[in-house]
Amino acid sequence: MSATSTPNAPAFVAKTKGGRITNFVDERVGGSGILREFGRKVFPDHWSFMFGEVALYSFVILLLSGTFLTFFFDPSMAETRYAGSYTPLKNVEMSVAYSSSLDISFDVRGGLFMRQVHHWSALLFVASVSVHMLRVFFTGAFRKPREMNWVVGGVLLILSMAAGFTGYSLPDDLLSGNGLRIIDGVIKSIPVIGTYTSFFLFGGEFPGTAIIGRLYMLHILLVPALILLMIVLHLFMVVVHKHTQYPGPGRNDGNVVGYPLGPVYAAKAGGFFFIVFGVVALMAGFFTINPIWNYGPYDPSPVSAGTQPDWYIGFVDGALRLMPGIIGDWKVEQIWFGHVFTFNVLLPALVPAGIIFTVLFTYPWIERWITKDNREHHVLDRPRNAPTRTAIGMAGFVWYCVMWAAAGSDLIATHFHVSLNDVTYWLRALFFVGPVIAFIVTKRVALALQRKDREIALHGRETGRIVRLPHGEFIEVHAPLDEYKRYKLVGFESPSPLPAEPNAHGVVDKKEKRRAKLSQWFFEDRVAPATPAELAAAHGHHGTHEAVEAGDSQKTLSH
Amino acid sequence: MGNHSDGSPNHSGTVATAGQNEVEKFQDPGIPPHRLRLADTDPKAAKRAERQVALLFGISVVGTLIFLVAYFAIDLGEDTAIATIRLQNALLGIGTAFAMLGIGTGIVHWAKALMPDHEVSEERHAIRTEEDRLAAVRIVDDIVEETGIKRRPLIRNTLLGAVALAPLPALAVFGDLGPRPDNTLAHTMWAPQDGKLKRLTRDPDGTPIKASDVTIGSAFHVIPEGLNELHEGKLNEKAKAVVLLMRLNPESLNPSAGREDWGYNGIVAYSKICTHVGCPVALYEQQTHHLLCPCHQSTFDLTQECKVIFGPASRPLPQLPIAVDAEGYLVATSDFHEPVGPSYWERDEHERNINA
Repeated sequence: MSATSTPNAPAFVAKTKGGRITNFVDERVGGSGILREFGRKVFPDHWSFMFGEVALYSFVILLLSGTFLTFFFDPSMAETRYAGSYTPLKNVEMSVAYSSSLDISFDVRGGLFMRQVHHWSALLFVASVSVHMLRVFFTGAFRKPREMNWVVGGVLLILSMAAGFTGYSLPDDLLSGNGLRIIDGVIKSIPVIGTYTSFFLFGGEFPGTAIIGRLYMLHILLVPALILLMIVLHLFMVVVHKHTQYPGPGRNDGNVVGYPLGPVYAAKAGGFFFIVFGVVALMAGFFTINPIWNYGPYDPSPVSAGTQPDWYIGFVDGALRLMPGIIGDWKVEQIWFGHVFTFNVLLPALVPAGIIFTVLFTYPWIERWITKDNREHHVLDRPRNAPTRTAIGMAGFVWYCVMWAAAGSDLIATHFHVSLNDVTYWLRALFFVGPVIAFIVTKRVALALQRKDREIALHGRETGRIVRLPHGEFIEVHAPLDEYKRYKLVGFESPSPLPAEPNAHGVVDKKEKRRAKLSQWFFEDRVAPATPAELAAAHGHHGTHEAVEAGDSQKTLSH
Repeated sequence: MGNHSDGSPNHSGTVATAGQNEVEKFQDPGIPPHRLRLADTDPKAAKRAERQVALLFGISVVGTLIFLVAYFAIDLGEDTAIATIRLQNALLGIGTAFAMLGIGTGIVHWAKALMPDHEVSEERHAIRTEEDRLAAVRIVDDIVEETGIKRRPLIRNTLLGAVALAPLPALAVFGDLGPRPDNTLAHTMWAPQDGKLKRLTRDPDGTPIKASDVTIGSAFHVIPEGLNELHEGKLNEKAKAVVLLMRLNPESLNPSAGREDWGYNGIVAYSKICTHVGCPVALYEQQTHHLLCPCHQSTFDLTQECKVIFGPASRPLPQLPIAVDAEGYLVATSDFHEPVGPSYWERDEHERNINA
C-alpha cells in the first residue's frame, strides 16, 4: 500500500542498534506514533508527586508477593491438627487455613519474608493512597478537568481498604477472627436485611466454615481486578490531562514544565520502584508484622487485650468505641414496632464513614458550584493560597484522626497511665470540637503564611546581618528576592466573594443566595498577592522610613 | 521593626486587597536560568559520579548474593529454632533491600548527576476540540432521534421496566449462600437435652466444675458439657454458648424479681459474648465487679445484673440460670432467657417467643 512496502523502494536502514529494534517493532505493530507522543513527554517533578508512585509500586509488590503466597495458602476451614515445626502449637486443633499460614511462616523458606513483604506493602499501599489523596486535595488538583479522576481515586481508596480487610482475615487467627466477629455484629445491626446478610456472608451462623474461602476469592480475584481496572483508568486520565504542576516562574495553565520522560523522568520513576521495594524488604526483614503464631487459631472464647485492627480500619473501630450505648438511662438501641434498631452500632459504623466518603466524592462539584470557577486548572494551589479549602481539609483530617485515635483508646490509657473512661470522654468531645478548632486554626495559619509571603515578597528575606547605622541604630538587613523567587510568592489568584447573580429569568433564587453566602464564607478572609506598585512603594518607603526614624531618634536624644 | 507590614488590613480586619487586573500583577519571569552541576563542568566530578553509580549497582549484586546464600545455606527442618527462622528472615530482608536499593539509588543518582537536567516547557494541548464537541453532540442527538425513543414512550417504559427487573435473578441466584436465619440465633447448647441439665465445664478442656471449686473472687471461663464432643459446628455453638462464671459475696448481688434462684450461693453465670458487636467480654475486674470488653470497652456491672455502665453496648449481658446437681456440680437449669450476642433485627421477637 504505502511506498515502503513496494519492492523497489529503498528500505529504511537505521543507523543504531536501538534504531533497528524500534524500526522492527514499528514495521510490525506501528509503535512509533506512541513513542513519539510519550518518549519525550514532559513530567513536572516534585517530591509530593511520589505518593501516587509509592501507591502504584506497592500494588505491584502486592501482586508479586501475593501470587507467591497463593501457591502455599489453603483457604479451607476444615479442622486439622497442627503438625508443622512451630512447637508451641503442635497438635493444636485449628483450621487448615491457619495451619497453612503457619507453614508459610515456618516451613517454606522465604515464606515468612513474603508474608511480611505482603502485609507491609498492603499497609503502605493504603497509606500512600491516602496521603496521595490528601496531597491532591490540599493542592486543588481535583479541580476541573480532573474531577472524574479524583472520583476514581476515591474508589481506589475504598478498594484498597477492601483488599486489606479481606486479606487480613485470611490466616484465620484469633486476632483477625475477632475482627470478623465485629464485622458480623455490625452487619447484624442493619435493619431488615442484617440477619440474612450475615447468614449469607458466613454461610450460616458465625463463624461457620465458608467465610475464609469466600474472602479468599474476593481477595485474590475480584478486588485486585477492580483495583487494576481503576488504576488503568486513573493513569489513562493522567495521560489525557497531563500532570499538574506547582506554581512557579515559567509555569502556567497552558504549559508543563519538567523533565522529559526519557531518560530522566523514566529513570527517576523507575529507580524509585526499586527504592520502594528495598524499603519494604527492609521493614519485612526487621519489623515483625502480624505474628499470627502468637495469637493462636480462632476461637470465639478468648481475646487478647489491647488488640488493634490494621490502621486503615481504625477510624471505623474508633467510631464504634466512641458511641455511647446508653445516654443517661436512655438506651440508644431502640425497639420500634417489635423490631430492633441498633443505633449504637449502626450510627458509628455507617455515619462517619458515609460523611467522609460523600464529602470526598462530591467536594470538587461543591467547590465548583460555590466558586463558579469553570476554568481548567493545571497549576496547583499552594495550600496557604486556598485558606478555606485547606481549613476544610484539615477539619476532615482531624475528625478522621480523632476516630482513629479512639481505636487505640485502651492503649493510650495504659501507656500514659490515665483513666480509660476519661480518654473516651475527651475523644468524644474532640469528635465534635476537634474539626471546628482545626478549621479555625488552619485558616488563620494559612492567612498568616500568606502575609508572611507578602512580607518577604515586598521587603526581602531576613539575612540575620545586623548593621549599625551612623547614628547608632541597629537594623537587620533584608536581602531582596530575585524575580524568580518573588514570582513564586506572588503568582497566585485571590478571588473575592461572588455575589448572588440573577438567573436566566432575571430572578435571584434561594439556591443562588445560599451559594453567594457560601462564596462569602469561602473568600471573605483573604490576602491578595503583592503587586509591583506595592513593591515600588515599599522600596520608596525605606528611604523615607529611615529619615523618619532618624528624626525620631534625634528627638529622643534631645531629651 | 521598621520593615514590617504593608499587608495592612482594611475592611474585615483580615482582608488585604490589591488590584486584580493583569497590569498590576507581577509578570511571569519565565523558567529560571539553568544552573550547571559540578558533573557538567568538571570531568573529574562526572567520573566520580559514574563510579558512585557503578558502586551502587555493585552493592545490588552483593545483596542478591546475600539473599541466595541465606536462602540455600539455611534450611528449615522439623526442629528449626525460631531464632534460625528469624535470622533467615532478616538476611533475606537485607539481601533484597540491598539488591533493590542498590539498583534504585544507582539509577536515581545516575539520572540526577549525569543525565541532562534541563527543565523544559511543553505546551498543553486542549483535551478536546470545539469541532469534535459539536460533531459529538450532533451524533448523540442523531442517534437518539433515529431510535425514536422520545416519540415512542411505550417502548421506553417497557424497556425501563424490563431492565429494572432483569438483575433480580442475579440477586436471587445468591440465595443459597446461606440458610435462612429462622430462630437459630435464639437458642444455645445450654438448653437441657432430654430432660438432663447441662453441666458447666471449663474452657477449653471440658471438665465439670463443682460449686465448691468456685471461691469468692474467682472467675471461670465456661463452656457447656458436650461441646468438645461435637464434630460439626463446634465453633458456631461455642460462639453463642461461652459463659463467664464468677462468685461474689451474695450480699453484693441484687437479683431482680424472677431471678432470685438463677445463682447459687453468690455464684452467677453470664454470657461472655458482648451485646455490642459480639467480642468475648474477657476481662473481669475482681475488685470493682466490672466486666470489660477489650474490643470496644463496654463495661458491665456484675452487682447490677451486668447492666451497661460505660461504653457502646446498650443491653446487659444475658444471665444463665444455674443450680447445683446431686453430685455438687454446677448445671444450667435452662437455656438463656434471651438471645445472646449482638442485636439483630428479629431479636426482640425471639426474646418474646422464648419467654412466652
